[in-house]
Amino acid sequence: MSGPEPLVLGIETSCDETGIGIVRGTKLLANVISSSMDEHARYGGVVPEVAARAHLEALVPALRAALAEADVALADLDAIAVTSGPGLSGALMVGVGAAKALALALDKPLYAVNHLVGHVGADVLRDDGSEIELPTIALLVSGGHTSLLLVRDLVSDVELLGETIDDAAGEAFDKVARLLGLPYPGGPHIDRVGIGGNPSAIRFPRGLSNPKDFEKHRYDFSFSGLKTAVARWVEQRGDAGDDIPIADVAASFREAVVDVLLTKAIAACVDLGVPRLLLGGGVVANARLRELAAERSKAAGVELRVPPLSLCTDNGAMIAALGAQLIMAGHAPSDLGFGADSTLPVTTIQA
Amino acid sequence: MLLAIDTSAGTSVAVVDRDAGILSELNESDTRRHAEVIGILIQAALRDAGVAVTDLSGVAVGMGPGPFTGLRVGIAAARAFAFGAGKPVVPVVSHDAVAFSRAVPTLVVTDARRREVYWSAYSGSDAEGLPIRAGGPGLTPPDSLADSVPDFADYERVDAAVVSAASLGLVAELLYLHHRPFAGGEALYLRSPDVTLSAGPKRVS
Ligand SMILES: [Zn+2]
Repeated sequence: MSGPEPLVLGIETSCDETGIGIVRGTKLLANVISSSMDEHARYGGVVPEVAARAHLEALVPALRAALAEADVALADLDAIAVTSGPGLSGALMVGVGAAKALALALDKPLYAVNHLVGHVGADVLRDDGSEIELPTIALLVSGGHTSLLLVRDLVSDVELLGETIDDAAGEAFDKVARLLGLPYPGGPHIDRVGIGGNPSAIRFPRGLSNPKDFEKHRYDFSFSGLKTAVARWVEQRGDAGDDIPIADVAASFREAVVDVLLTKAIAACVDLGVPRLLLGGGVVANARLRELAAERSKAAGVELRVPPLSLCTDNGAMIAALGAQLIMAGHAPSDLGFGADSTLPVTTIQA
Repeated sequence: MLLAIDTSAGTSVAVVDRDAGILSELNESDTRRHAEVIGILIQAALRDAGVAVTDLSGVAVGMGPGPFTGLRVGIAAARAFAFGAGKPVVPVVSHDAVAFSRAVPTLVVTDARRREVYWSAYSGSDAEGLPIRAGGPGLTPPDSLADSVPDFADYERVDAAVVSAASLGLVAELLYLHHRPFAGGEALYLRSPDVTLSAGPKRVS
């Protein structure tokens, strides 16, 4: 190793972003993201095969761009890190195959890491000098996942408290956008048409929030019922020949999503006596989510941490950062025989 | 000297040399373990051949046709290895490896899953020993092969369950030696991605 701070290149291909990041310890040197989002737009959601094909084409150009951005040579790297799961298996396999071959060509150690824990790891790259304090609750929200984690140690102790039992929150945004006739991805468009709307105009349901759900699903989420409720409400208005108050529908729907996300996240902080909440995932781009998170955290005496948005969406830098954490903690590289695991549990931080 | 990788059927990795021939070849026939075994096989192929990365002049890779998920693992690995080693990628049509060194007209048929097959027709070998492709690669249900392949009756049919990376590498060496064009840079999926286009919002009530 060239110094105490390992120079690590991270490869992320679990969904529709081809991410290549380079870090030196906790310092971000490059974060190159090539997204196939536009190709999915006409289908209204991520098409796994389209995403996987795009990864194959984007991979080497993104590697080249990241090395240029970081101004380092391949030979300078201390290790390669790659997402081995969870995610779309065909997409993951592109990154896994490439990472193994690159590590062998360079004769560098390879670390196979967990994508969700990577989202938490992104926080170490903040350049404001503040350090992540543990334990923390982490709420990870994207088009692919909605998970609530208890992180006691980034490289050795992560527990899944709850997750969505049907749609991811980002998926709910996409589906509701579609039924309102808005383009993909839904989040920004729901935000746009919701401007000026009354978030309490319509009381849409909060999934798994009844006392009877609490026994089994205290920290789990469900968004398919919410989507159906919005669809039914819009249909009934349409059938009655009334205009659809689209701003109110969008604002009320969004409020239902962020309300349930933060109610459960803050409840976890309080229940477990962990006064820290970290946000991650692409849905963090939603301004209302960040706003309500700040409000509720303050009220509950919880410290809120939100990494910069470019590190919240799927990216290779967070994978490199987690790899660097593993190396600095003295973990051995992964065996070369690991596979892509679409359902890799968060307890498996390194495959 | 080339590292050669093909994942259009199982996973096959070899090291070949224009003069010394096949230095090593490793195969895993399981068509669901490409991502797991690719690294182990590359490592073993180099070790068995006693070759360092710096000894290689390039990386040959089978571009298919092949079922997409597995096919991509080999192409991704070949591109990343070549990028890491600072060497060129030599893309080759995978069926050429099966037809290689067969002088008689040959119809190469491989499994495309979903009750379809990939095919390529070769009229024989040229003076340099390279297979001459007369038709394909194509995709068709097995029952329709006779209709899909022009002059079907003229070919000896070879159903290949494995595509040898060593043969593929030797084809690549010959293409390079005789300044022949390589295959294109695009994976030969021959199938559009599976997508279910949105038919518009469905009623829920
Ligand atoms: Zn993610």
